[in-house]
Amino acid sequence: MQRRQFLGLLGATAATAVLGKPAQAGPKHFTGYPDSYGVLFDATRCIGCRRCEAGCNRVNHLPAPARPFDDLSVLDTKRRTDGRTFTVVNRYETAKGIVYRKNQCQHCLEPACASSCFVAAYDKTPQGAVTWNEKVCVGCRYCMIACPFDIPTFEYWDPLAPKIMKCHLCYPHITAGKLRVPGCVGACPTEALVYGRRADLIREARQRFHLFPGRYLDHIYGEHEMGGTNWLYISGVPFSQIGLREDLGVTPAPEFTSGALAAVPIIAAAWPALLLGIYAISQAKDKAARQEKREALKEALAKAKAECDAELAKVKAKAEADKKAAIEREVKKALEEAAKAQAAKEEGE
Amino acid sequence: MSGEHAPSTPVAAERASLLTPFNIVTGLIVFVGLILTILRFTKGLAGVTNLSDNNPWGIWISFDLLCGVALAAGGYTTSAACYVFGLKRYHSAVRPAILTAFLGYALVVFALHYDVGRPWRLPYPIFYSPGPTSVLFEVGLCVFLYLNVLFLEWTPSALEWLGLKKWRNVMVKMTLALTIFGVVLSTMHQSSLGALFLIAPSKLHPLWYSSYLPVFFFISSIAAGLSMVIFEGTLSHRYLHDKMDDHYLSTHDQVHLGFARGAAVVLVIYFFLKLVGLALDNNWHYLLTGYGAMYSLELLGFVALPALMYAVGVREKNLKIIRWAAVITVLGIVLNRFNVSWFAFNWQLPAAERYFPSWMEVAVSIYIVTVGLLVFRFIATRMPIFYEHPDFKEAELEEEEPHEHETRPHPQSFGH
Ligand code: SF4
Ligand code: SF4
Repeated sequence: MQRRQFLGLLGATAATAVLGKPAQAGPKHFTGYPDSYGVLFDATRCIGCRRCEAGCNRVNHLPAPARPFDDLSVLDTKRRTDGRTFTVVNRYETAKGIVYRKNQCQHCLEPACASSCFVAAYDKTPQGAVTWNEKVCVGCRYCMIACPFDIPTFEYWDPLAPKIMKCHLCYPHITAGKLRVPGCVGACPTEALVYGRRADLIREARQRFHLFPGRYLDHIYGEHEMGGTNWLYISGVPFSQIGLREDLGVTPAPEFTSGALAAVPIIAAAWPALLLGIYAISQAKDKAARQEKREALKEALAKAKAECDAELAKVKAKAEADKKAAIEREVKKALEEAAKAQAAKEEGE
Repeated sequence: MSGEHAPSTPVAAERASLLTPFNIVTGLIVFVGLILTILRFTKGLAGVTNLSDNNPWGIWISFDLLCGVALAAGGYTTSAACYVFGLKRYHSAVRPAILTAFLGYALVVFALHYDVGRPWRLPYPIFYSPGPTSVLFEVGLCVFLYLNVLFLEWTPSALEWLGLKKWRNVMVKMTLALTIFGVVLSTMHQSSLGALFLIAPSKLHPLWYSSYLPVFFFISSIAAGLSMVIFEGTLSHRYLHDKMDDHYLSTHDQVHLGFARGAAVVLVIYFFLKLVGLALDNNWHYLLTGYGAMYSLELLGFVALPALMYAVGVREKNLKIIRWAAVITVLGIVLNRFNVSWFAFNWQLPAAERYFPSWMEVAVSIYIVTVGLLVFRFIATRMPIFYEHPDFKEAELEEEEPHEHETRPHPQSFGH
């Protein structure tokens, strides 16, 4: 169903496509599945305790980290997600003091990873989570190139069956009934994380803006970024100061490539016609040239033949004449000889 | 005549002296390559590469895939010129170009086996679980189909070598269809290699990120193809001279002049398109940064300069200048693909998190190129690539003079 959504989008933007003007969001613009779930992260409540990391690690049976989760000195260096970690908390020095921020897959409404995967290993579920399917992944890592949030990671050390690893919003556990909320959310002691319907989360965020004037910036990160995400952030400091890029824009990732993809059928249809046309012209030119050549050749041949004939006739005539002369000569010679013989004979007698 | 050069001598010569410098060096490279292959498939990508979660694509994509495909563009440009545009005088350049392209693409696929995590799944996107919203899907499908087309386009040489006349004639009849199919496929995947990066505007430097990326990649691939034919022809001329027939040798210079004229025009068009892209995105202010210097170097030193050299070379019929222009153009394509996929990619990451290849990655790339060189030499010294097989010479002319060549030269004329 998801894929069809994208194809629909492709169709809608096909017209603007070939030279890649920004695709316009037509009436078909996808605004996310209704009632999909997400998480609201409140940077003013996060205390950097790393319990969410521990919760994630536990419910997903990930390998134990080199240093335990209660070792907060880990926060001294900036970290990112990797093949053994779905989520990390980082510490940021800001104008308003120290602020912590958790990072993981943002579960985009129209994920770059899903639109970039050439075996359709990703799925945007109607429940909100973006999941990944181990059974078809080739390990090309184009999804990692595509994700604007640098989320998918790869098991580079695995020689034969490396996996893409990333947060799946605990989709498998929640649909199996094993969890009610994602592992990180359940482990958070300060309610810096709230799980719920995305629409409700946006309402909740606005309410907090209203209830605590001056505490937050009036912006919900993820409401529109990259076309919107199911993971949302609110904060008292500019998002760029806590490692969230503010230059990503609001265009959903699939729209960046839809123009190029829409050009494919155009090329496939127009190119052969064009090339065959060129071929026909060059053939016609060739043929004309050949015809001309042949005619010229014929003419030349005819002329040569005529010349040849004339020459031949001349030669023949000459030969004829020569022959005649020779015969005459011979006859004359024979006659002379005969006369000589006659004379000798007469003398001898 | 040329027939006497054909297959026999080089084999004997090779056997006579196996320990030539060429053999020693290539042998060593292949040996190292095999060891690294074992390492790659026992220790994983981490064992041989410097790839990371921030830099998932390294030199194996930048060089082996992006440059490999661009530099193999000689195949479609030459066959299009000869068969579609009817420029028959370029006929002698077609076979070497097709062979180069076929090997180029085969090597690209070979190289991908090292790079992707589960290489035996490479057919998945086409046969098992297609992801048609992906630009990479388009690349994969086109490369797969085009590899088959190139194989078919190459078969006449092999069939002539094997003496299978009937099949060879069947294949030759398909030339036009294959050529057109090849041009369509090349247009699509040459451009979609550029389109691959459209999805990451936040990661690629604005000087290189452009919605025209697919167009840039396509146009520059034509220049790359024409230049590679000149470059490769020059090398072959030098090292495989005894495999060439009079026809090849007598048209050689003319072919290069013609291709040089084409390359000059294409490079000029490309140059102005790049400027238009710069202007439309209003990126002029970046020109004064470090990346701007790199961009200017690419555009002035490796596009404008070779365009000028080609033009001068054509006007003065100076093949030396033309050959240098070809080398610079080829290097320029490599530089451009490196810029897009490597130097200017992830430009916002701090220096410590940027990618630089390990020596082993570079060695594997060298090994793959070497394998290609060896296979090329093997084929070019045995099959009719640089000469027309005496048995089939007239067949090529059939079309030109339909009725006047019923008689074929006697097969025994081979080696007279
Ligand atoms: S954040 Fe990245 S990995 Fe997560 S859904 Fe968006 S594109 Fe995919
Ligand atoms: S690495 Fe796997 S999931 Fe990511 S794009 Fe490639 S095939 Fe798809």
